[in-house]
Amino acid sequence: MSSSVTTTSPSASAPADGGPKRAPRLRTGHKHSPSRPKRSILLTVLTGLILVYTVVPLIWLVISATKSMDGLANSNGMWFAKDFALWQNIHDTFTYHDGIFVRWLLNTLLYVVLGAGGATLLAILGGYALAKFTFPGKRAVFAVVIGAVAVPGTALAVPTFLMFSKMGLTDTPWAVIIPSLVSPFGLYLMWVFASEAIPTELMEAARIDGAGEVRTFFQVALPLLAPGTVTVLLFTTVATWNNYFLPLIMLKDPNWYPLTLGLDAWNSQAQTIGGDVVFNLVITGSLITIIPLIAAFLLLQKYWQSGLSAGSVKE
Amino acid sequence: MTTLEPPVAVKRAPARPAAKRDRRSWTGWGFVGPFVAVFALVFLAPIGYSIYLSLFRDQLIGGTSFVGLDNYTQALKDEQFWDSLARVSLFLAVQVPIMLGIALLIALALDSGRLFGKDFFRIAIFLPYAVPAVVATLLWGFMYGTKYGLVGDINSAFDVTLPDPLSSDLVLASIGNIVTWEFIGYNMLIFYSALRVIPLSLYEAAEIDGAGQFRVITAIKLPAIRGALVIATIFSIIGSFQLFNEPAILRPLARNAITTDFTPNFYTYSLSFNGQQHNYSAAVAIIMGLITMVIAYVVQLRGMRKGA
Repeated sequence: MSSSVTTTSPSASAPADGGPKRAPRLRTGHKHSPSRPKRSILLTVLTGLILVYTVVPLIWLVISATKSMDGLANSNGMWFAKDFALWQNIHDTFTYHDGIFVRWLLNTLLYVVLGAGGATLLAILGGYALAKFTFPGKRAVFAVVIGAVAVPGTALAVPTFLMFSKMGLTDTPWAVIIPSLVSPFGLYLMWVFASEAIPTELMEAARIDGAGEVRTFFQVALPLLAPGTVTVLLFTTVATWNNYFLPLIMLKDPNWYPLTLGLDAWNSQAQTIGGDVVFNLVITGSLITIIPLIAAFLLLQKYWQSGLSAGSVKE
Repeated sequence: MTTLEPPVAVKRAPARPAAKRDRRSWTGWGFVGPFVAVFALVFLAPIGYSIYLSLFRDQLIGGTSFVGLDNYTQALKDEQFWDSLARVSLFLAVQVPIMLGIALLIALALDSGRLFGKDFFRIAIFLPYAVPAVVATLLWGFMYGTKYGLVGDINSAFDVTLPDPLSSDLVLASIGNIVTWEFIGYNMLIFYSALRVIPLSLYEAAEIDGAGQFRVITAIKLPAIRGALVIATIFSIIGSFQLFNEPAILRPLARNAITTDFTPNFYTYSLSFNGQQHNYSAAVAIIMGLITMVIAYVVQLRGMRKGA
């Protein structure tokens, strides 16, 4: 109740001084504009606490990757052990069990390139259509896609598994790639992004110049969608790279495992009787698994952040 | 209340008429078609198949037979199912507000422009999102160890005995911590992105009105990002109800504390892949799907109604 009152308050107070309201907008270089307040040490320290929370586990991972099994057991987690075993660990991770880790890495890359790449392509095309065209059944498409997001993974996973097993797709890469091709979140993001980034007038102009729909899409729309595309590609890449549940049910053959499933298997084998305890390899393998994604997010910051704040045109 | 439209709503209005230009044709289908086709194969067909499966039962004697809604009535009386649902509901009630609350506070802090090293904070707090659930869970699982983990290190360094995070009393909270760690930065970024697109003129108006920082937050910022708040809440509810990865991966380290019916998703998974009860599993999964959809829908209605 009270919040509905607060929403109206900005405009409720605006008419009182409607005249002067306009003036400040012209003074763009205004020193005391809300974008340049005084910096606060207290606020920085408080936010720093959360930073510590998010970063400490990653530091622990990096430090632990430098330890042998012996070092892991006998040294403090937040400091290095006496022996520096990082290179040995990396070597062992890549060569353990005839280099199965390399195979898992390549599998993950395959799933990401085809799965996330395909999902991004479908999301761009679909988002563009929803944003820029009126077509029969458009509302139904949107409602069904949004509604389907709420369906739990297992409600889909079990029947998908049974269907795929009848089609002979289980235990093949297709079982992981095909379901990855659909990203409702990606479609939603592209829809929002396309409706703000592509001026309809520009499309009209292209059509008047005689460009067909395909050419209009590739030459007018696609370049404007670049930041949104990078964003969706990154997020579908994360989803595919990090996928665990789907490959868990679809794949039995360790030769088709992605990295996530492989690491889980290495971790679990320590618990089985007579299993080889390789926590040092689990930790080093984990580090190797996250480096490419973290690097991608850091390198592509500019693109995906502008993609996320879709339509953040400066006032 | 309806007579005074917030200026934010006025601002947003032009986004819609893009599609207004009535090009009623099938051209759009050419672009959305591929998505819809794959979507039908991996979303709609399995849902349909799932409903079909849930109406049958596979008995040792007599094979598969049609049982109507028997699986559903069985599920509604199934204590294991209700226990797991209660567990994720508790998880939802505690973890989601904490995670979203902190994420919102950080987003507001970043947006206030009062932080030193704002860009560094934003990216560093977001980083855990890039870490796979498997790695995040293994990582925290190792750190939770009372013997060799970080908890054990703290115990020996300060000569204290912290409670075991992987004991049955604490394991749900420990999982909550892992999920919070994974998604706090992601939600922060969603809120921050929404805050960034608030028109500057609103702030200028508030400044002229002499509104303080706190007033600006409650009167301008929070109402303006309501959509983002609702979306993040819905996604978090869905995520909580579908909780599976973290308990499943943590289970080898906490075999006694995490049972195979720990969450509804874990329960349906175990029913299907360990018990071969595909039909009953489908019924439980559909009930969970319906509950999730109803709650998500209610949140959306409530969240959006406040705007009108």
